[in-house]
Amino acid sequence: MLDTPLKLHPSVALRPEPFGALAYHYDNRRLIFLKHPSIVGVVKDLGDHPDLQSTLSAHGIAEHQWDAYDKAICSLIESDVVIQR
Amino acid sequence: MTALTERMKDGLDAPICITWELTYSCNLSCVHCLSSSGRRDPKELTTEEAFHVVDELREMQVFYVNIGGGEPMIRRDFFDIVEYATTSGVGVKFSTNGTYIDASTAQRLASMDYLDIQISLDGADAATNDAIRGEGSYETAMAAMRHLRNAGFGEFKISVVVTRHNISQLDEFKAIADEFGAQLRITRLRPSGRAVDTWHELHPTLDQQRDLHQWLLAHGENVLTGDSFFHLNALGDSLPGLNLCGAGRVVCLIDPIGDVYACPFVIHDEFLAGNVRDSGGFADVWRTSDCFSELRGPQSAGACASCGSWDACQGGCMAAKFFTGLPLDGPDPECVGGDGEHALASAGTIPRPSGDHSKPVAVTLGRRTNK
Repeated sequence: MLDTPLKLHPSVALRPEPFGALAYHYDNRRLIFLKHPSIVGVVKDLGDHPDLQSTLSAHGIAEHQWDAYDKAICSLIESDVVIQR
Repeated sequence: MTALTERMKDGLDAPICITWELTYSCNLSCVHCLSSSGRRDPKELTTEEAFHVVDELREMQVFYVNIGGGEPMIRRDFFDIVEYATTSGVGVKFSTNGTYIDASTAQRLASMDYLDIQISLDGADAATNDAIRGEGSYETAMAAMRHLRNAGFGEFKISVVVTRHNISQLDEFKAIADEFGAQLRITRLRPSGRAVDTWHELHPTLDQQRDLHQWLLAHGENVLTGDSFFHLNALGDSLPGLNLCGAGRVVCLIDPIGDVYACPFVIHDEFLAGNVRDSGGFADVWRTSDCFSELRGPQSAGACASCGSWDACQGGCMAAKFFTGLPLDGPDPECVGGDGEHALASAGTIPRPSGDHSKPVAVTLGRRTNK
């Protein structure tokens, strides 16, 4: 997914929380927990960068952590919070 | 216990899930009604006050509310409130017995966005259901579901409170849901409201709870539970969902007169945090009330501290303990380790719910009915 252009689903709202954020999908009415504050910033900005890896760079995420972020984003794609553009 | 649930125990700036009961008025008199509903309360929130609650929820980024009652559709401004909420970005799921969903109402509901409906059904056949919910209520619910299907509403929910008498019908409930393209929701019976008097005869037996745990595990996330069965996690494998009591931490109840309680199952002064009519509104009650602050503080495992299953079950449901006269820092009355039964044998005085809006039972006695 690292070189894929992505964005936050337009029907998803994010509410900042101490643990990260609460995401609510207005279309399928599902609640999803983003369990780390740093992933929230990445998810919000996906649409402003060419792809996932450039978003991660822009957020100063070290390369050895990219795999973990890739996995987290994949699960958010599965729950339709993040989509391809 | 994950870091996430640990965090939630401290409470959040805004609830994740709010139950908002719009009225105590109800055309039915279900024997297990958690809010002892029947008669309208004259202090009910006005339409304007209800709109103001929605405004607050929107500002707090509460994404959706579970509207209930009583029978919420009895309120003449029901659609006004629901439309005000959904167009404000506060999604609505409402619970109804289906009485007021005819063909044209179903059409109207089907045309609305961000709206979800939950039809209550407590038996997979009329005899089982009507024994709990009253004569004719099964057919009423089925008719409402047919109207929703014919109107193309899409996936609504069928909500079942599991009892000793319907627990053998789980597969049949699932079949009814599948037939209507609906999603099945199974929740736990609590000894709240009128169930304070009926729980002892209605709650599932220990063997039935074991079967239920297996059934829920087998159906995974395809069957919703409102995370109400986490006390069963002590049987081994954990059920999907949050494994904690969310009362005052991530959930709360706004009752028809604006009183804010820790959860829908504890309508009692002990768990009353404030009122949305107070000067700081709902937000202030949620964020600063002593009652909720206490629930967000460290909780003692009490008599359960030495039990190896405490991490799995978290001591169970606060409401279930409270309304069976058990200490809050001890086992759940339906503790699957059997400790609840022992505790019940020496339980204290059973508290009475704070309000009772039941219709007077004697109403049919003085009148001759010719059928």
